[in-house]
Amino acid sequence: MLRRRLNRWLGRDERRVDSRSICVGHRSSSNNEAFIPPKFCDNRIVSSKYTVWNFLPKNLFEQFRRIANFYFLIIFLVQVIVDTPTSPVTSGLPLFFVITVTAIKQGYEDWLRHKADNEVNKYPVTVLEQGRRVRKESEKIKVGDVLEVDEDETFPCDLILLQSSRDDDTCFVTTASLDGESNHKTHYTVPDTEKDLESLNATIECEQPQPDLYKFVGRMHIYKTDQEPAMRSLGPENLLLKGSTLKNTQTICGVAIYTGMETKMALNYQGKSQKRSAVEKSINAFLLVYLCILVSKALVCTTLKYVWQNKPGQDEPWYNEKTQREKDTNLYLKMFTDFLSFMVLFNFIIPVSMYVTVEMQKFLGSFFITWDKDFFDPEIKEGALVNTSDLNEELGQVEYVFTDKTGTLTQNNMEFIECCIDGFQYKYQDAGTDLDEFCVTDGPVNKVQHKAGREKEELFLRALCLCHTVQVKESPQQGQGQRDGLMDRVDGLGTDGEGLHPPPQEQRGFIASSPDEVALVKGAMRYGFTFLGFESKTMKILTRDNDVERYELLHVLNFDPVRRRMSVIVRSKSGDTLLFCKGADSSIFPRVRQEEVERIRMNVERNATEGYRTLCVAYKYLNAEEYAQADAGLREARLALQDREEKLMAVYNQVETGMSLIGATAVEDRLQEEAAETMEALQGAGMKVWVLTGDKMETAKSTCYACRLFQRNTELLELTVRTLEDGGRRREERLHELLVEYHKKAVQDAPPVKAGVTRAWSSANHDYGFIIDGATLSMVLNSSSESNSSRYKNLFLQICQNCTSVLCCRMAPLQKAQIVKMVKNSKGSPITLSIGDGANDVSMILEAHVGIGIKGKEGRQAVRNSDYAIPKLKHLKKLLLAHGHLYYVRIAHLVQYFFYKNLCFILPQFLYQFFCGYSQQPLYDAAYLTMYNICFTSMPILAYSLLEQHICMEVLLDNATLYRGIAKNGMLQWGPFFYWTLLGVFHGLLFFFGVRYLFGNPALQDNGQVFGNWSYGTIVFTVLVFTVTLKLALDTRHWTWINHFVIWGSLAFYVFFSFFWGGIIWPFLKQQRLYFVFANMLSSVSAWLVIILLILLSLLPEILLVVFRKPRGPHAGQMKPVHSSAGGHQSPRSSARPLLMRTFSDESNTVI
Amino acid sequence: MMASSYTAKEEDGHITVSGPGALRSRKPENTAFKQQRLPAWQPILTAGTVLPAFFIIGLLFIPIGIGLFVTSNNIKEFEIDYTGVDASSPCYNCSQSFSWNSSRPCTCSIPFYLEQPYESNVYVYYGLSNFYQNHRRYVKSRDDSQLNGDPKSLMEPSKECEPYAFHENKPIAPCGAIANSMFNDTLELFYNDPNGTKVQILLNTTGIAWWTDKHVKFGNPGRNSPNLTAAFQGTTKPINWRRPVFDLDADEANNGFINEDFIVWMRTAALPTFRKLYRIINKKSGMVPTLPRGNYSLEVVYNYPVRSFEGRKRMILSTISWMGGKNPFLGIAYITVGSVCFFLGVVLLLIHHKCGNRNNNADISN
Repeated sequence: MLRRRLNRWLGRDERRVDSRSICVGHRSSSNNEAFIPPKFCDNRIVSSKYTVWNFLPKNLFEQFRRIANFYFLIIFLVQVIVDTPTSPVTSGLPLFFVITVTAIKQGYEDWLRHKADNEVNKYPVTVLEQGRRVRKESEKIKVGDVLEVDEDETFPCDLILLQSSRDDDTCFVTTASLDGESNHKTHYTVPDTEKDLESLNATIECEQPQPDLYKFVGRMHIYKTDQEPAMRSLGPENLLLKGSTLKNTQTICGVAIYTGMETKMALNYQGKSQKRSAVEKSINAFLLVYLCILVSKALVCTTLKYVWQNKPGQDEPWYNEKTQREKDTNLYLKMFTDFLSFMVLFNFIIPVSMYVTVEMQKFLGSFFITWDKDFFDPEIKEGALVNTSDLNEELGQVEYVFTDKTGTLTQNNMEFIECCIDGFQYKYQDAGTDLDEFCVTDGPVNKVQHKAGREKEELFLRALCLCHTVQVKESPQQGQGQRDGLMDRVDGLGTDGEGLHPPPQEQRGFIASSPDEVALVKGAMRYGFTFLGFESKTMKILTRDNDVERYELLHVLNFDPVRRRMSVIVRSKSGDTLLFCKGADSSIFPRVRQEEVERIRMNVERNATEGYRTLCVAYKYLNAEEYAQADAGLREARLALQDREEKLMAVYNQVETGMSLIGATAVEDRLQEEAAETMEALQGAGMKVWVLTGDKMETAKSTCYACRLFQRNTELLELTVRTLEDGGRRREERLHELLVEYHKKAVQDAPPVKAGVTRAWSSANHDYGFIIDGATLSMVLNSSSESNSSRYKNLFLQICQNCTSVLCCRMAPLQKAQIVKMVKNSKGSPITLSIGDGANDVSMILEAHVGIGIKGKEGRQAVRNSDYAIPKLKHLKKLLLAHGHLYYVRIAHLVQYFFYKNLCFILPQFLYQFFCGYSQQPLYDAAYLTMYNICFTSMPILAYSLLEQHICMEVLLDNATLYRGIAKNGMLQWGPFFYWTLLGVFHGLLFFFGVRYLFGNPALQDNGQVFGNWSYGTIVFTVLVFTVTLKLALDTRHWTWINHFVIWGSLAFYVFFSFFWGGIIWPFLKQQRLYFVFANMLSSVSAWLVIILLILLSLLPEILLVVFRKPRGPHAGQMKPVHSSAGGHQSPRSSARPLLMRTFSDESNTVI
Repeated sequence: MMASSYTAKEEDGHITVSGPGALRSRKPENTAFKQQRLPAWQPILTAGTVLPAFFIIGLLFIPIGIGLFVTSNNIKEFEIDYTGVDASSPCYNCSQSFSWNSSRPCTCSIPFYLEQPYESNVYVYYGLSNFYQNHRRYVKSRDDSQLNGDPKSLMEPSKECEPYAFHENKPIAPCGAIANSMFNDTLELFYNDPNGTKVQILLNTTGIAWWTDKHVKFGNPGRNSPNLTAAFQGTTKPINWRRPVFDLDADEANNGFINEDFIVWMRTAALPTFRKLYRIINKKSGMVPTLPRGNYSLEVVYNYPVRSFEGRKRMILSTISWMGGKNPFLGIAYITVGSVCFFLGVVLLLIHHKCGNRNNNADISN
């Protein structure tokens, strides 16, 4: 912790020197004699927290920083220092136990981290030193070392690629373990470095380490003996990150620039912000109440004690004199110590064991998610992943679901559907006999059966073949190798399901960073244009006429989400320089001639409404002059050390203008399995589903319809750039107008809905869907005037909250998080859940209360940052409706039960003070005080909280509405808490006074002998243990053998322990208080009778309540048909009188 | 909660160099436990299932309660307060003129009349009121290892016994406030025969303490040594005692720490008003009642002061049944609970009957 903070501080300090200089291979340049090699940190990764010698103090310090532990430590210290009724052991032992267990757990985890660290730090690497290869341990790498890395090895630190064994000076890298993207990425060597690294004399100037994985700027100065020093720019494409793996390349050489804790990987592992569940907040609130009870109890007792002592003869009767020291003590000090003593006596009301049990329940309970075979996906051969166990119960409380579209609602498995060339629509038909021929269907554009010119067609297909960054999977050996690379996005094999048998025709594996590109290249292949791959900066394509055409790749203008397009500049054989550009319609249309746009726009929009992803393709010829200008601009921008991004962007924008549109493509992204059913179930469970996507509105809207988020009768309220521009007035005004109008429609006119059980989703009369896009959202959120902004935000929120589903399209990742945050902080602070699969969802996953990652195709970043990860969207239903519901019920019951059982444990002890002269005399023996929470009553509730299924999983899944029953933290509101507290008080009073009246005559044995105070306590305690355990048994709806074993087992253990404890004169005990007390108690018939009576009487109201409550709820109603079909003895009347039943159950609800 | 989640998050912030998740590609085992499909009994309490239970409880509890009530009523109990607070009371003088050092014991005699003969064994109790035997300072003021006969503790009583551990630099045996304040009134019963003679009733001093206490928990130092006086050599008697501990009874088996009066006293009472078993009057053979109807007198050697803390002293004569002494509480409680259950059963049945057996359907079990 401290170290990290120090590092951060140092890092900031270092950043003032905004770049670092590195001598490649430690050969200082000739013209820079005064150069002092700066000190960099070594390449040791330290992830462990402790060392052997600081473990104990540091761990103890960490543990006692927690409020709960600290509270118990204070109690313990008070017991040690002050003369208190219970020995320090009673609270010291549990505390010691908890601390030890935690310390062992953390020590073990740290040991694992040490081991992992060592594995990495001791990993042998090859360093080139003066021409020799030296094997070294990884931790000894210094900045400036030249390293050699072989295929399938992981880079030991951040390297600048100097040399590759491949001819084209590239290497392939997979960053699967870094950001989860398993596709192969191409990295390039620094241009013009000499082949002989031995004689390379160069320095690298680069920025100080920063965590952004995809940003890097640097410069390399190459000194040659006979020339001016050359300067080469370095970008992320030259940087090999620690943690990524070399693929498809035999060996590379690189120079280390960032090492150890300064690598981008290490800088990226910053802690996530802590998420706390609503249940925890409830627990803390209850804790406060109990703390108040505790303090007030102690205060009442202290006050009464001094009032009582004021009467003559009470304070110090002749039979009970004080010691000299007690007499000498100051009165106020005595009052204070008395108060502390009472606190200690009653402190069991807040037990250490509750924390332990809650922890255990969460930790063990989360295993059921990982173990669930329904979450197992045979495709990726993985099940669910639980990253944090703190939020299990939050899964049962979700009110808002924010979902990503691509990859989450849809499969992100692209298929080329159709294209439109020059306004003519082409649809590929599988059945078509002539593969070479386009099948032309008549689109709405073109009534006449007609085709675009062949020239245009071919240009379009060439564009598809050239404008991409797809790699061809090289050799057949490589192709076979992919079966172990499960996650490899290789098209043409695995994904089409043809991977098992050899493909009939030449099948190519394509590797790309985006599945769209592969789909497009494959689409082009179907029409006869095959991309054959790169041959050192030359792209080869096979045309329809089986000619191989070669194009020299001059520049790639990379894709980025802001521009939403990418381009390539190629030079054909004939010497023409061409720019091909593809991108989203919105980013292409303004950059092409407008008359072309109209022909294609309709097609694009039609495709979009059908749910396809559309891309527009454009091109332009560059004459020599234009190209030279562009080339110079690009090179200059690439060399820039500062603001490179901005400069590049400016050049890109400048180059990509004045293009002519050729056509558009439509790629289908199929819906995930059971996406619609899942969404329907979530809505049925009362959750509001918001779709946040970066995609176009039309596409997203059609996906929403397909997922049944929007129904036929849903009235859509649109707030997009288009609707804003409709009125022809200023946007701001229109926005205001629309907001007010929608608000009137959705909020004011809607009948008031009852909180909690909203039925709005099912009734057709006010079923609204809301659509907003990113630009409008930013207008809403960042309105020009301050007052408007908050007002708009309010209106917007209110509208959204009254809509069943909301679609936000064209969202930037940060905007997604903004929306989540806005809803999260709105009135009633609803519980939000974000689900997504890509890096662009990370911000919203981190922002929401519960973040769910889908182990999809867009890498592992979402999974790593999520709280739970599931393979498919459909698993969300079970995760929330079954697991979440059960976890919530379990933990809520656990918490309430814990407070209850400790209240009725301590209340008799409190009441006893009124009968023992407020002398802090404990009612129970110390062993009972200590063991009550640890042994006698802890296991049944733990078993309950792990195994309980008050409604079985199938029913929960079938009846989404059941989820509403526990919405809004229903079981942990003040109402139920008050009920449990009342129950605890009732039980406590009953136990104490029941036995009190029995002891009106303490001669309870049939031989006339009498019972003393320890017998009194033991009887109360026996009733207590049995009642509390049986109360849990009554609440248990799902009795597995474990429940039986644990419940009856702990009762038996109590009896056994009591016999044992009272059966021996314990040499280490000062007082043999319980010697044969328990046995004598059992020999008394009266004691038996009173125990049975009190247990029964305590449980009676509970049983009554259960009976009367039972018919309520959908649960019983659900059970009925199941039973009537199964059991044969149902009465014929039962089915005939459902109405009467319902009225009765309703009545009984109101009566009770 | 606020405890461990904190660390869990801290750990998240650290670098896990080899992700454990990457290795976990195994299919989850399809066991009943892991899939949460353990065979389970799913009881649902309904009026249908609970109704018979209510009736059974009612039918069981009412007879038990009646039995208890009758038994308790049949127990004969006679109680007499001999504190001597009233000036009219025979013990008034003794209570007024009390001093610890008086060499001559004060005695008083209280006549009473038993209206019914006591047929079986009669148990004699003494009762104290407003006497806080359960005060913490009092309860802990004892040394159980000393009482068990440990020679080391005999000479070095536990600190808990303070301020009754040492007297004049000698260890007190038995030490502590409980022992020091041992009840030392002597109660004697006389039967005033109609023919004028005054017959002393034989009071049995044994069988009043728990067997385990007398034989295991308590023991004289040097257990079997014949000479108790020697065993207690070097110790002194508790300050308030008139006689040393080895002189409590003439009977060797009831002397020293294993004196039963002492053991009974050492079992601290639960409540400030309590009774302790004092003597047992065994039933004579034949048809003669243990205590026939008639006039009796209680002769008290008044040693125990209670007026300083407004306490009361009582003598109780009681017969005993299988349920112990007289206590109507249990009987009444059982009758009440039984009737309530029965009543609820009837109410439930009425509701149940009125609405048909609708609940039968919901009664599902696996």
